[in-house]
Amino acid sequence: MQYMLLLYIPTEEESGDALKKILDEHKQFTRRITTSGQYLDSNALEPAATATTVRLRDAKTLVTDGPFAETREQLGGYYLVEAENLDAAIGLAARIPVARNGSVEIRPVNLAIREEFVREGVIQSRPDR
Amino acid sequence: MGGAMEHGSIEDFYRREHGRILSALIRAVGDFELAEDAVQEAFASAIEQWPREGTPDNPRAWIVSVARHKAIDRLRRQARFAERSDELRRLIETEREGAISTERDDAVPDERLSLIFTCCHPALAQEAQIALALRTLCGLRTEEIARAFLVPAATMAQRLVRAKRKIATAGIPYQTPSREHLSARMEAVMAVVYLVFNEGYSATAGSELIRRELAGEAIRLARIIVELMAQEPEPHGLLALMLLHDARRDARLDDKGEIVLLEDQDRSRWNREQIEEGLKEAGVAMETPQPGPYAIQAAIAAEHSRAARPRDTDWRRIADLYGMLMRKQPNPVVELNYAVAVAMDRGCDAGLEIISRIEERGALRDYHLMWAAKADLLRRLGRLAEAEGCYRRALELAGSEPERSFLRKRLSEVSS
Repeated sequence: MQYMLLLYIPTEEESGDALKKILDEHKQFTRRITTSGQYLDSNALEPAATATTVRLRDAKTLVTDGPFAETREQLGGYYLVEAENLDAAIGLAARIPVARNGSVEIRPVNLAIREEFVREGVIQSRPDR
Repeated sequence: MGGAMEHGSIEDFYRREHGRILSALIRAVGDFELAEDAVQEAFASAIEQWPREGTPDNPRAWIVSVARHKAIDRLRRQARFAERSDELRRLIETEREGAISTERDDAVPDERLSLIFTCCHPALAQEAQIALALRTLCGLRTEEIARAFLVPAATMAQRLVRAKRKIATAGIPYQTPSREHLSARMEAVMAVVYLVFNEGYSATAGSELIRRELAGEAIRLARIIVELMAQEPEPHGLLALMLLHDARRDARLDDKGEIVLLEDQDRSRWNREQIEEGLKEAGVAMETPQPGPYAIQAAIAAEHSRAARPRDTDWRRIADLYGMLMRKQPNPVVELNYAVAVAMDRGCDAGLEIISRIEERGALRDYHLMWAAKADLLRRLGRLAEAEGCYRRALELAGSEPERSFLRKRLSEVSS
């Protein structure tokens, strides 16, 4: 199965040294799950302060400053992984540094829709899969 | 074919065998919901056929075999959905290999342990875990579970549907957890079983009959776990704890439904047979260098059960056991129980001293049993005015009517 691991991080900024340490841990984690063949994709996002939210209402585009929901923890990045089942995904999530001071939300990817898109040529199937 | 099984005994058979049969079928078809529907249909066929044609020699294998055919039929009908074809292929293959033979009942694999861990997976809401466990392992109907938990049947049905959908969509596995996660997951399973028991034992809502059934189902669940994981001591402790408490059920309330305290209970009304079994299980649970919290609580219940009269109670041993429990699970409620045991062993002053330490930390201020325990010790010491104040505070905080009625009675005894 494919799972999206959404990384929610506390809003406080990390200092330079701490940030570097966390980044190193992410690299280590990424290398490990690449070797095990579970890595599909990942990205870090710019802070929530840079977020813009868009809604279309009555044919008007409403643009507001800030994330969709103001919460204590903000979406900071994601990993897209291949895991055998939820227990395996939980095992991966628990190894992400963010799990220690923030939260990792696990969402199964709806592969049926993905397959439909591939079947109809809307998107290409992932070359590595 | 054997004799014809009556409708009532097919019901008993359903209750007894549902968990085992469903667990085998989920393994065979790889889909929780499909397996459940197929098992329902197979039992419906049994109710129709067995009284007329006689009961098959291997009723369990018969149900599994019929359910598998029903599942294959369903998959064939849905085969146009591409994602179903894997399951179908697998089913037809196992059919050809005769993986589940109808020759012998023990040919049906016992997968209940996987079923328990799937139903009690922490990724499901706890109320859903409880409902699933009762539905699948105990073979309770949705309406019966709804009645027990005082929710409309439609609400309970939806709760079950959502849970099953999450199992399928989120990929909750059908397996026993790996060694490293086993003990944490066992804890969660046992917590579910104990919650079911407490709902049946001490909940104030619902009819007495329904509550009795729930407590019975919790004990049945614990028996299943003990049977499947006999080498683990803690499930024996959970089973013992529930057996020993449940054995006192008839003596716990008087004719008017008022609470009778342990020391005032008519011990001849305790269920001796159940106590004997509880004592045995409690013994097994304590045979380990590091007994768990259920084992220790069972050992405490065992001390009470062993005493022929209240004054024969070994309070020193009970205080020691509470001390042990406090080190395992440091929490003020356990400490309160420790205080009461110390009071009974070394005198009320010693108990009050521990209670005042709990109070100084600001814990349990809104817990009615803290005030009731304190009031009781003060009453025993003849400090009636202070006892009165504590009973009043307890009465303000108590929720259930039998408890309130009991406290009112005590209050009138100490009021001048």
